[in-house]
Amino acid sequence: MKNIKLICSIMLTVITATAFGQQTPAPSQQGAMTIKGATAHVGDGTVIENATIVFENGKITAIGTNAASKGTVINANGKHVYPGIIAPATSLGLIEVEAVRASNDRDEIGDMIPNIRSLIAYNAESKVVESMRPNGVLIGQATPQGGTISGTSSIVQFDAWNWEDAAVKVDDGIHMNWPRSFRRGRWWIGEPRGFQPNKKYTEEVDAVKVYLAQAKAFGNGNGQSANEAMKAMQGLYNGDKRLYVYADGEKEIVDAITTAQEAGVTKIVLVGGYEAYKVIPFLKRNNVPVLVQHTHNLPNKADDDYDLPYKLPKLLADGGLMVALQNSSASNFQTRNLPFYAGQLVGQGMDKEKALQLITGNTAEILGIGDSYGTLTVGKSATLFISEGDALDMRGNQLSKAFIDGRDISLETHQTELWKRYMGKYEGQGK
Amino acid sequence: MKQIRLLALALLATSMLTAQDYFPKNDGVKETNSNFHAFTNATLFITPSQKVTNATLLIKDGKVVEAGKNVSIPKNTVVEDLAGKFIYPSFIDPYTNFGVEKPKRQGGGRRSPEYHASREGFYWNDHIMPETAAIDSFKYDNKTAGEMRKQGFGVVNTHMMNGIARGSGVLVALNDNDGEATRVLDDNFGQFYSFSKSVTSRQSYPGSLMGAMALLRQVYEDADWYSKGNIPTKDRSLEALISKKGKVSFFEAGDKTNNLRADKIGDAYGVNYVIIGGGDEYEMAQQMKATNASFIIPINFTDAFDVSDPYLADYISLEDMRAWNQEPTNPKVLSDNGVPFALTTYKLEKPSEFSSKLEKAIAYGFNKTKALEALTTVPARLLNMSDKIGGLNKGMYANFLITSGELFEDGTTIYENWVQGNKNVLASKDQTDIRGEYTLAIGGKTYDLNITGDVSKPKASVKVDTLEYKNDFKYQENWVTLSFTDEETKEIFRTTGIIPTQGGNFSGKAVLPSGLSSQFTATKKGKSSNVSEEKEEEDKKEPKVYEVLPMTYPNIGYGNAVQPQQQDMLFKNATVWTGENEGVLQQTDVLIKNGKINKIGKDLNAGSAKVIDATGKHLTAGVIDEHSHIAALSINEGGQNSSAEVTIEDVVDPEDVNIYRNLAGGVTSIQILHGSANPIGGRSAIIKLKWGEDADGLIYDNSPKFIKFALGENVKQSNWESYSRFPQTRMGVEQLFVNYFNRAKEYDSAKKSGRPYRKDAEMETLAEILNGERFISCHSYVQSEINMLMKVAEKFDFKVNTFTHILEGYKVADKMAEHGVGGSTFSDWWAYKYEVNDAIPYNAAIMASQGVTVAINSDDGEMSRRLNQEAAKTIKYGGMSEEEAWKTVTINPAKLLHIDDRVGSIKVGKDADVVLWSDHPMSIYAKAEKTIIEGKTFFDLDTDKQKRAAIAAERNQLMKMMAADKDGGGKTKKPSRKAPKHFHCDTEM
Repeated sequence: MKNIKLICSIMLTVITATAFGQQTPAPSQQGAMTIKGATAHVGDGTVIENATIVFENGKITAIGTNAASKGTVINANGKHVYPGIIAPATSLGLIEVEAVRASNDRDEIGDMIPNIRSLIAYNAESKVVESMRPNGVLIGQATPQGGTISGTSSIVQFDAWNWEDAAVKVDDGIHMNWPRSFRRGRWWIGEPRGFQPNKKYTEEVDAVKVYLAQAKAFGNGNGQSANEAMKAMQGLYNGDKRLYVYADGEKEIVDAITTAQEAGVTKIVLVGGYEAYKVIPFLKRNNVPVLVQHTHNLPNKADDDYDLPYKLPKLLADGGLMVALQNSSASNFQTRNLPFYAGQLVGQGMDKEKALQLITGNTAEILGIGDSYGTLTVGKSATLFISEGDALDMRGNQLSKAFIDGRDISLETHQTELWKRYMGKYEGQGK
Repeated sequence: MKQIRLLALALLATSMLTAQDYFPKNDGVKETNSNFHAFTNATLFITPSQKVTNATLLIKDGKVVEAGKNVSIPKNTVVEDLAGKFIYPSFIDPYTNFGVEKPKRQGGGRRSPEYHASREGFYWNDHIMPETAAIDSFKYDNKTAGEMRKQGFGVVNTHMMNGIARGSGVLVALNDNDGEATRVLDDNFGQFYSFSKSVTSRQSYPGSLMGAMALLRQVYEDADWYSKGNIPTKDRSLEALISKKGKVSFFEAGDKTNNLRADKIGDAYGVNYVIIGGGDEYEMAQQMKATNASFIIPINFTDAFDVSDPYLADYISLEDMRAWNQEPTNPKVLSDNGVPFALTTYKLEKPSEFSSKLEKAIAYGFNKTKALEALTTVPARLLNMSDKIGGLNKGMYANFLITSGELFEDGTTIYENWVQGNKNVLASKDQTDIRGEYTLAIGGKTYDLNITGDVSKPKASVKVDTLEYKNDFKYQENWVTLSFTDEETKEIFRTTGIIPTQGGNFSGKAVLPSGLSSQFTATKKGKSSNVSEEKEEEDKKEPKVYEVLPMTYPNIGYGNAVQPQQQDMLFKNATVWTGENEGVLQQTDVLIKNGKINKIGKDLNAGSAKVIDATGKHLTAGVIDEHSHIAALSINEGGQNSSAEVTIEDVVDPEDVNIYRNLAGGVTSIQILHGSANPIGGRSAIIKLKWGEDADGLIYDNSPKFIKFALGENVKQSNWESYSRFPQTRMGVEQLFVNYFNRAKEYDSAKKSGRPYRKDAEMETLAEILNGERFISCHSYVQSEINMLMKVAEKFDFKVNTFTHILEGYKVADKMAEHGVGGSTFSDWWAYKYEVNDAIPYNAAIMASQGVTVAINSDDGEMSRRLNQEAAKTIKYGGMSEEEAWKTVTINPAKLLHIDDRVGSIKVGKDADVVLWSDHPMSIYAKAEKTIIEGKTFFDLDTDKQKRAAIAAERNQLMKMMAADKDGGGKTKKPSRKAPKHFHCDTEM
């Protein structure tokens, strides 16, 4: 027992000691900045060769082949400029090390807890968050997980002193895991280990319906009683907040969207959508955007096409849906692979610029920050990066500069420091 | 009353037959009955193939006295004339737990695992219980006995279904009348085994199939050592095992590949198991035949899925639907392939399902004589009891069936099932056949009465003209009761009458609607009408026979309709990544011949080879994954801190769809590593992904020998509730290695000395490491432990071959280079546990810069199919050159696995394991178009398209069949899907 306590305290000290790993946040943009000669991948499906991009006070002021340079000029001939990649539905900053329970602030107890807010637990100094930046992932939606209604997310940028600095959009949406009609047997109570129909599906769906109706009724009243959970739900009915519904099966998707709409939720986003390709007309009719599961997944079913996860976002985009990529089911550290998830789609026949949209422009639109982030557009935030080559390909994704709101952020990380330290050691040994 | 007295008399008579004469009798006087019983004029099957017509069966004292044509009947014989009837030997069920209750699993939830045996004076493992004697807990079960007799069974073999070695069983006749002394034919019968642990012990080991196999092997070794008097202490388990040597051994394997596993163990130790299969043997009938084993086969054919909800139906796999379609052919296919087997009721929900399942097997082509053999002579032979049961020769038990016609024919009724000379009536054979059309006169009215159906259980219809009246009809013994409702008056008539022995008209008492008693008469007009007989047939639940769809290799979605054939090929004009000093060659031809790389050059002559235009495409060697966990049935044997005795080769699963998915990612060879549950793990399997071949076909010939070691959090059990297994610290890990190697050294010198020694699979394996014959691939994370293992190895004078994961390898790359160990690492994984805080994606590049042979591995069934992309990350992180990056997933892992003389690069003479890519192989945009192993194309984009279409069509066809089956009244089960296997290092299995 004493030992365990000792281990715990050691772990605590180590973790707190190493938690200060993040690079010092950059100061706000002082003078004007110009990137010249780069191929600008706008993030809306278009590309500008030999572009000049100017930004001042954190905003893009000019972009085009003929734009006039201003202030400090970065020569980016032969290089590529992209809008900062956005990671939706991620628990970045809410958990540091998967197996270390003490570092886990991702999943609160309770089945319907919309008032649980991710923002206040967001660790702006996370080493994992820091490691996103050298790959171009600069913004994320810090999202609680677990239960049916997991809580409320906020959108943050990845170079901040604290969560208030980090906030891009506070309490942007509520995340809800839709019940499953077919689920793994609870083997510990004697059911087979495989999957089987969920006998309680209707009951579980009903509980959601009741909750949505209760929340609405609460709002219809004076909304004065001190029910934080019900208060947190109100934004769903007036459009202030989006409802992110996580559903993968065909039936679940139809049920989830229908239920949410009938309950009066105005902005609904489908998250996951493994079988969304089977209900494209339905989603289109209801104008539901999809944060589809990322491409580097195995097929769920034995008989599915081996490349179904690779091409799924393309199937949805080709069907005319508004689509972006998320990897909520993967470990946080994987989120830096977002550009490659998009690159995978190009191998499936998608246009490169369209694939880029799925991690930039579309994501911003779906998250409701499209007016200020997601594309290289005059008036929007200068959140962008310069890559030596094609950022969607591992061989080309080599960042020389990245800016968040015009701030010239560090691309060093705990990992690059270790790299340099040990290469230095060996070089010192004369090897 | 009369009947009861009769029954009592019969009981008395039989007990007199068998009561031991030295037993006192206080409830009457002692008298003996030495009468015979003869059944004459019957069609008699002495064995399934020995049919005698007009035969006599003479029995006495529960045994056959004489059977055949010219049987002389003594004067004191009760004679029954069975003209027109049939006699068969009754059935034997060689595998049940009749009368032996299965123990209940110990509760306790998720407590910390237990590593020690709970018993003393027995074998060190609780799951080895050869000393168990089922007779000790045997309780004759009248109810089940009755159910079994109804199905035709007379003798069953039963045992305690618990544990890996389960002890001896009981052979028992289903004789309710006489006591244990008579019906228990053998109370110490056979030896029983399985791969499943005992539910009464929580001892962790073995936690896997491969562990169970290793344990059994060691038990046989230890029994041998013990029998030679080398163990000073007492071991009642081993003594039991030794004393029962030579008895029939039954092995519950449970499916086609486990059958082969059981056979393999038996072969190694000279035991010829009778193997209890699983019903899927038809998929590998030839391999079953090749075992030379005899089998006991369940016929619990699965019900059709209920596919009425299309959403849910979508979750069902083609594999599971095919099982429904193909399983009923199992007995036929085995029989056609000459595999000897008996049938069993085992795995059926209840014995009463047996006859309908057997009917189904027969409807799917199982020969009726073979079926009868599988229920009589074959099980008798398997039980080594052919002289006593399974036939009706002189001296054998009088266990037989009296039937109305040939067995397994439509409409045949089993009248009686005699066990040890005791009559058990299932249906009255003396019942007069009253089927026919009658005019029923009652209360001044007449009705048409039509009696149809079974002789013993007929049905009736009551009509006036065409109007049918609802009725309730019963015919038991020689009494008929009939009540019906007159549809015009809505009045109910009730009647009961006795049937004359000779049949014909009958009459009796009627109760009129008024309540007055009256008389009725039924006057026979003739045979029952054809119309209703046809209707009768419709009613009958004939097993429906559906078209049996062809198997594929393996027999799941994406299986091959035919096994891929070796083909000579010429790739024209490719960009060739040789992986050798030649580097990347532009516009080059590669000729593949006889499964080898034959020529590399410009403008090569195709000869008879198939020409493949590879212009604009890239040809590389197949990708090799040093660290994979796909294609295995188990990964971890964590029941002990060392499991060097287990080998993944025992549990290779060639039917894992991830093999196909890996091929689609250009992967051709993998090492299936044991997991990281313990410091000394199990031996590896190095395989080629030859999709469609069996496990032996996948494993490399003359495979280099490898074993998994592990360090750090997993072996310390840091991340789950377990505090009792050594080691719990990195300090302990070192001492564990030192201890095991010290012991292995002693073992090896004892072995080399020529003196007798106790054979120990674990020590054998470790000695191979010391002797440089087996290589370690060690799961490792932090620099301290990496350094430690190298020092331990140096102390024992061997080299660590590979550090796998090796995420802090970059911190000790210089030391690794000096030791000569390779590093097989993740491209960019980290932050999933505490010990990977300092894992950096630059690791591969740094290690390579210091001269370490570096591979990128997956440890993951998803990532493994994109290793080409993962290799590209070494370019991004740390700036490796493209050629060097490519080597991290081809020639470098081949070197680490000691297979670089065969695979890993495009070099003349090497195996033709190549991939044709649509683009630069490390581009995220590249697709594998063809994946070829030894000149056989195992993946091809075009073939894949065809397979998808075929899967869709077959799914639809099967769903239609299932819907039709449900529509026809067939039983269904709800949709289900197996849990997909997605193993990692720390998957507990």
